[in-house]
Amino acid sequence: MRRIISLLVENESGALSRIAGLFSARGYNIESLTVAPTEDESLSRMTIVTRGSDEIIEQITKQLHKLIDVVRLLDLTEGRHIERELLLVKVMAEGENREEVKRLVDIFRGRIIDVTDSTYTIELTGPSDKLDAFVEALSNAEILEVVRSGISGIARGDRTLRL
Amino acid sequence: MELTGAEIVVQSLKDEGVEHIFGYPGGAALHIYDAFYQQDDIKHILARHEQGATHAADGYARASGKPGVVLVTSGPGVTNTITGIATAYMDSIPLVVLTAQVPTNLIGDDAFQEVDTVGITRPCVKHNFLVRNVADLALTIKKAFYLAGSGRPGPVVVDIPKDVTAAKTTYRYPKSVKIRSYAPVKRGHSKQIAKAVALLLDARRPVIYSGGGIIHATAATQLTALVQTLGFPCTQTLMGLGALPAADPHFLGMLGMHGTYEANMAMHGSDVILAVGARFDDRVTGDLSKFSPGARIIHVDIDPSSIGKNVPVEIPIVGDAAAVLEQMLDILGKKDRKVDEPVLEQWWKQIKAWRDVDSLAYDRDSKLIKPQFVIQKLCEVTEGDAYVTSDVGQHQMWAAQYYSFNKPRRWINSGGLGTMGFGLPAAVGVQMAFPNAPVACVTGEASIMMCLQELSTCSQYGLPIKVINLNNRYMGMVRQWQEFFYDRRYSHTYMDSLPDFVQLAQSFGHTGILIEKPGDVEGALREAFAAREKLVFLDFITDQTENVYPMISAGAGHNEMQLNPADSGATSQERELA
Repeated sequence: MRRIISLLVENESGALSRIAGLFSARGYNIESLTVAPTEDESLSRMTIVTRGSDEIIEQITKQLHKLIDVVRLLDLTEGRHIERELLLVKVMAEGENREEVKRLVDIFRGRIIDVTDSTYTIELTGPSDKLDAFVEALSNAEILEVVRSGISGIARGDRTLRL
Repeated sequence: MELTGAEIVVQSLKDEGVEHIFGYPGGAALHIYDAFYQQDDIKHILARHEQGATHAADGYARASGKPGVVLVTSGPGVTNTITGIATAYMDSIPLVVLTAQVPTNLIGDDAFQEVDTVGITRPCVKHNFLVRNVADLALTIKKAFYLAGSGRPGPVVVDIPKDVTAAKTTYRYPKSVKIRSYAPVKRGHSKQIAKAVALLLDARRPVIYSGGGIIHATAATQLTALVQTLGFPCTQTLMGLGALPAADPHFLGMLGMHGTYEANMAMHGSDVILAVGARFDDRVTGDLSKFSPGARIIHVDIDPSSIGKNVPVEIPIVGDAAAVLEQMLDILGKKDRKVDEPVLEQWWKQIKAWRDVDSLAYDRDSKLIKPQFVIQKLCEVTEGDAYVTSDVGQHQMWAAQYYSFNKPRRWINSGGLGTMGFGLPAAVGVQMAFPNAPVACVTGEASIMMCLQELSTCSQYGLPIKVINLNNRYMGMVRQWQEFFYDRRYSHTYMDSLPDFVQLAQSFGHTGILIEKPGDVEGALREAFAAREKLVFLDFITDQTENVYPMISAGAGHNEMQLNPADSGATSQERELA
């Protein structure tokens, strides 16, 4: 099953490599990993999307907890949550296709953030499946570049991940 | 008081109560070594290789219960410690490894003797640090000791660049330290423990299965009390031997791949297993799909990630083994309900029948020296009270099977990583911790060659270790597998061109004895242990054909053991190797 694990980690140089190393050494898969500082300078927030059976997910969370740099951990998929991903995509937009691409961007509530005579650069945020659907819808256009940020997630309601 | 980083290293170790460190100097470590030169409180033991230094600190830690401390230089000094660090990591041994590093301005520059120490050690440490600022040095060393020794113990590396050891700062060693992400539990959850006790009292065919965690937690007394209170059979892992005295009638012997028939059959037939400080390692469980099919499992461990990792657990209890066992004993002491004696008696009757198989029998009339016989004699001569280190292979299993360990911390071996070359340097550490205790290193002619240089360390510090070399001219355990599973194709396991071990020992200033006949075994051992000031290298020429039994092959369950063919009438002399 797909899981989104949120972590608060010490904002230290080795933290990322410890976590990435844990996944590779134990053969767990990482679908995406995002990390950035938080409002507390000493902490970074990391969101890891992974897949595995319940037993594997249990091991992953236990092993992550064991790392000294991991301060807090929350499996967002255990409760209601919001997930968002940012997509930047550069496509060929010429002739009649130029209008077609713009319509698609509107339908998906994306934004065109840069233009040339022949290309559009588009920004779109949303859950990953929405981004997947958009990229698929673009299949008639020639895609030049796709950049995805990986998932950031947060719990709904009162549930928080903080010190 | 302003001190240099090098002086802070020394002073921090003193304030931490360290008495011995094991190391090897080099360029980046020169400032630190200079600081050691100017003091007498901490004794530095110069190994002959950084791997030897690390194993020695490890042996010291296993025998004494105190963290082992290592000091090495950068680059190759660090890479040579990796096997030692990984060995300690797999067996949860507290080590603090201080590694010198090239100056901070050269880090990342491919400088002379530079290696990414934090990166290269990361997968085999509990935690590691790079100290970039001298102001952080004392606190980091404090954290390293705290992490190494608390919770599930393990090695911690502190990497110190050379310029940091030269820089000065005000020295203050913290009395205690808190790490916000790290709070190992002590006591177990009381409701879970009550549930566990109830399940134990309901058991019809219970087994207590204990491991190295009992030793780390100093829980041998509590384990023994629990076993005796309940009257339950108890088996121990390779790492747990000595926690429950081997002489205790409840002891079933070691379990697992080379465990006794009664231990493995009891595990297989049990309805309730209490696992304490053990981790259901693959060498213990055999094929997981066949593992103890009818058992409900209670698992006590300090490390939550050990619980439920390999085997589904009905009652998980996270906690320190000593604390949890005490909590169990408390409940048992207050309970009116006792164990159902007649039911338990039935179970013991069954176990006795398994015991009667005598799975550790071997051919005692052989004209050749049987390795098992040497270990039994070693046990007799040392009255079962020596510190016994071992290397890895057949001799290790025989030592575990035939030496009766009655106290914790007496049996010192590399269980998890299985590191050949561990035994001799580990014995160095043990002998440093206990200068007057008898220390035996049980080894084989292949293993001993892997850290042989430490014979020189033994000369320098006058360590009267007794090396018990079970010399069968083969890498015995690999040869055994080749015999069983590779149709006797003995690929690269014959140890050709061995040295004359007697002369070799003598060249280091030690005594060497060659023993070729069973009748000479006991006399040689007595002579060796009588020489209280000397290292004696006993080279026992043993039966080449001997295999370790019982054995559970890959893919087999506990109830599918192979027993010694000597039991079925075929003597090993009738078997041929070539």
